[in-house]
Amino acid sequence: MNETTEPAMTHDLIVVGAGPAGMAAATAGANLGLKTVLVDEQPNVGGQIYRNVAACDAKVASLLGADYRYGATLQQKLGGSGAEVRRETLVWDVARDLTVTTLQAGRALQLRAPQLIAATGAMERASPIPGWTLPGVMNAGAAQIAMKSGGVVPAGRVVLAGGGPLLLLVASQLLDAGVDVVALVETSPGSNRIAALRHAPAALRAWGTLAKGLKLMQRLRAAKVPWHVQASDLAVIGQTHVRALSFRAGGASHRIDADCVLLHHGVIPNTQLSRLLRLAHRWDDRQMAWHVMTDAFGQTSMPGVRMAGDGTAIAGALAAEASGELAALGAAHAMGQLDDIELARRAAPARRALTGQLVLRPFLDELYRPPRWITEPADDTVVCRCEEVSAGRVREMARMGCVGPNQTKFFSRCGMGPCQGRICGNVVTQILAAELGHAPDSVGAYRIRAPLKPVPLGALSSLANPTGAAATVHAEPAPTQETAE
Amino acid sequence: MFRRIEGQAPRRAVSLAIEGSDVQAREGDTLAVALLQAGVDHFRETPVSGAPRAPLCLMGVCFDCLVEVDGVANVQACMVTVRDGMQVRLQHGARHAEAAT
Repeated sequence: MNETTEPAMTHDLIVVGAGPAGMAAATAGANLGLKTVLVDEQPNVGGQIYRNVAACDAKVASLLGADYRYGATLQQKLGGSGAEVRRETLVWDVARDLTVTTLQAGRALQLRAPQLIAATGAMERASPIPGWTLPGVMNAGAAQIAMKSGGVVPAGRVVLAGGGPLLLLVASQLLDAGVDVVALVETSPGSNRIAALRHAPAALRAWGTLAKGLKLMQRLRAAKVPWHVQASDLAVIGQTHVRALSFRAGGASHRIDADCVLLHHGVIPNTQLSRLLRLAHRWDDRQMAWHVMTDAFGQTSMPGVRMAGDGTAIAGALAAEASGELAALGAAHAMGQLDDIELARRAAPARRALTGQLVLRPFLDELYRPPRWITEPADDTVVCRCEEVSAGRVREMARMGCVGPNQTKFFSRCGMGPCQGRICGNVVTQILAAELGHAPDSVGAYRIRAPLKPVPLGALSSLANPTGAAATVHAEPAPTQETAE
Repeated sequence: MFRRIEGQAPRRAVSLAIEGSDVQAREGDTLAVALLQAGVDHFRETPVSGAPRAPLCLMGVCFDCLVEVDGVANVQACMVTVRDGMQVRLQHGARHAEAAT
């Protein structure tokens, strides 16, 4: 070993992201005797699904329901495991030698371990429709986050539009919170039902979850909220703020006045960190999103790097918890803490839990598959919100000879704004794939560079290493970092 | 415009300044929630067309909630918690970081 050229190991296991997968991974890792640290950008652990669960107001938590409150048990287990937890800590780079560079209270800090588990979670799929950049338009999940993190709800008339279990759940939670929900507009095409039917027998094995869904729909029907299905041609109307949502449904045009429009078309893995690490991804046609390729214990194409939870493929919070535990078992096995027999024995319960969670997935994915006008929007619709690049401009660049997102980025700045392509990335890949007649896998995705989020230059100079070893900075110029170029 | 859900236990008030005006938030609120609750309709304007923007995701992905906090530009309001005395400025027009490339 050459200690002079490589930063020293600070831990056995670093877990990035404190949602269900990350909390379960850190808990299991520490319980298996690994010196474990869990880092997360938020003020409290929980990720998005269990956001703020330990600090949430009792009234709000009861309104959010038992599935939310369950997150507190994961947090308690984490607390009892002895894993080190670093909150308000942003991971902005991971180097090839697995040095993790973070920003905490304005200071850069480096951590390093032979095993890294990235549990970066999911984000809502973009819903690019005309007017979706107007203030007053939000993702439906964002409205739920506002409830979880501050106990607040939209004050005026609210329309929810799109498709997926979360859309219905948020509608029901907003009604319970006394919000004026004036319409529910579902966009899932009728053909989805036929495709979903094929997976219905398998889905029936998850009858408990299905029953919850039916109860939710009953709740919404009882509230007598106008409910439109198979809607198309959605557009948000307004000049500087939302005034209405217009759409077609049931053979007629509709316009519903509203102060807030909540959009949702399912969730997709947040692949920013996995792309930074150049891990192997593959396009999943059913989920219409990138998946990170892993083995049964979360091991990715890069030695020592594992991924768990919805950051890998969308399967939900309970599946994420199981996959987090499996990744930690894999890490402990790789570190020599577990032999093959012990690994198999301990993995069995988590594996069963994971399998049980996956039976419903194909049915839900087909039933709520987003319409094509969401994944490949009309020409005049903005897809890159940051740089205000339209779908038509992306198609034009494809016709000019651009063969992938990194070329369209170069010619139009599409994906080069502050969000670094997080919002438009999937859409641009799908538009290019359709326009070029290639598979998304061959079109590819944006190349992601450090820093993953803007980092103040002052933080770079504060780079410190808790072990006292020489700190190394892996600093590539990035579009959002201030440079003198 | 956002409002508090009724029937919550009281939380300590936190005083911050938005564009120089005093605003009361509650301990534990994210800055984005505090701004929405204070009636801030748009958080920033785009550098391209000057169009008004407000948060889309509230989970650190969309960057449409960027504000200046205590002199530091481009802070994601949805990712920080309110503190007493926090000075918040809204970002109009071009971002400083736009100078890159």
